[in-house]
Amino acid sequence: MNASSRLDAAFAALADPTRRAILARLASGEASVAELAAPFDISQPAISKHLKMLERAGLISVGQDAQRRPRRVEADALQEAAAWIERFREAVEANYQRLDALLEVMQRAATPRRAAGAKKRARRKKKPS
Amino acid sequence: MAKIGEKAQVSMPSDREVLVRRAFAAPRALVWKAHVTPALMQRWMLGPPGWTMPVCEMDVRVGGAYRYRWRSIEDGKEFGFHGTFTDVVEAAKLAHTEFYDPGDVGGDMGEGADIVLTFEDIDGGTLLTSRMDFKTQAARDAAVSTGMTDGMEMSYATLDDELRR
Repeated sequence: MNASSRLDAAFAALADPTRRAILARLASGEASVAELAAPFDISQPAISKHLKMLERAGLISVGQDAQRRPRRVEADALQEAAAWIERFREAVEANYQRLDALLEVMQRAATPRRAAGAKKRARRKKKPS
Repeated sequence: MAKIGEKAQVSMPSDREVLVRRAFAAPRALVWKAHVTPALMQRWMLGPPGWTMPVCEMDVRVGGAYRYRWRSIEDGKEFGFHGTFTDVVEAAKLAHTEFYDPGDVGGDMGEGADIVLTFEDIDGGTLLTSRMDFKTQAARDAAVSTGMTDGMEMSYATLDDELRR
């Protein structure tokens, strides 16, 4: 699986609330399928299906114990998916910080202060566009 | 809930959607104006450093069209979005379709997305919510992975290479 489809698989796996809850549980330590199924109102096979998706996305793995087959979280993969969302957020945020600055200018223009008229005219003249 | 002074919140409410929340310290009417006035849009909706928005045409009414185009200062490459406004409620709601024009940048965003912006009063300003429905999970993931959305993020189109290292 290349990086892009691995990321796609991770996003898909993270989209489901049950799978996110499973990850949250595993974040506090490894657990068997039965232990993971206990807090949810769904069958063990259904949980296994969720676990398979998480495993395919590389977000969890199966531990050493052959009998219990505990699942544990793969912190690096989870971190990678989270890091992408963070970059997306930063990009959106860059636009919005420019919008913050623009709104401030618009607000100043909408509420002219006393004796600010002359200054404002001068400022307007200097603006390139 | 997003508060003024906090960075944008990004979540995925379903497997085909992206939800962005951001608070602004300005009245709703102004935040709205900055979203429906081409000359203002061109001052903030620029994405990463090195990109300009030479084309921003909008006919803001239900059924009206819009066309945005960005250009790289470095190599002159362009890409854009176009679509139609599907719901327009002054200072409250702006909904539109969104189709990607790959220009000479390339890429594909599937069958297009539905975007709904809502503007709400909050203490000291305005809460802007942007809900993007990409119709399919594959299209959503593709858009998110390349950053080709309104929050466009061309510099991260190389994420693949970076992750492969």
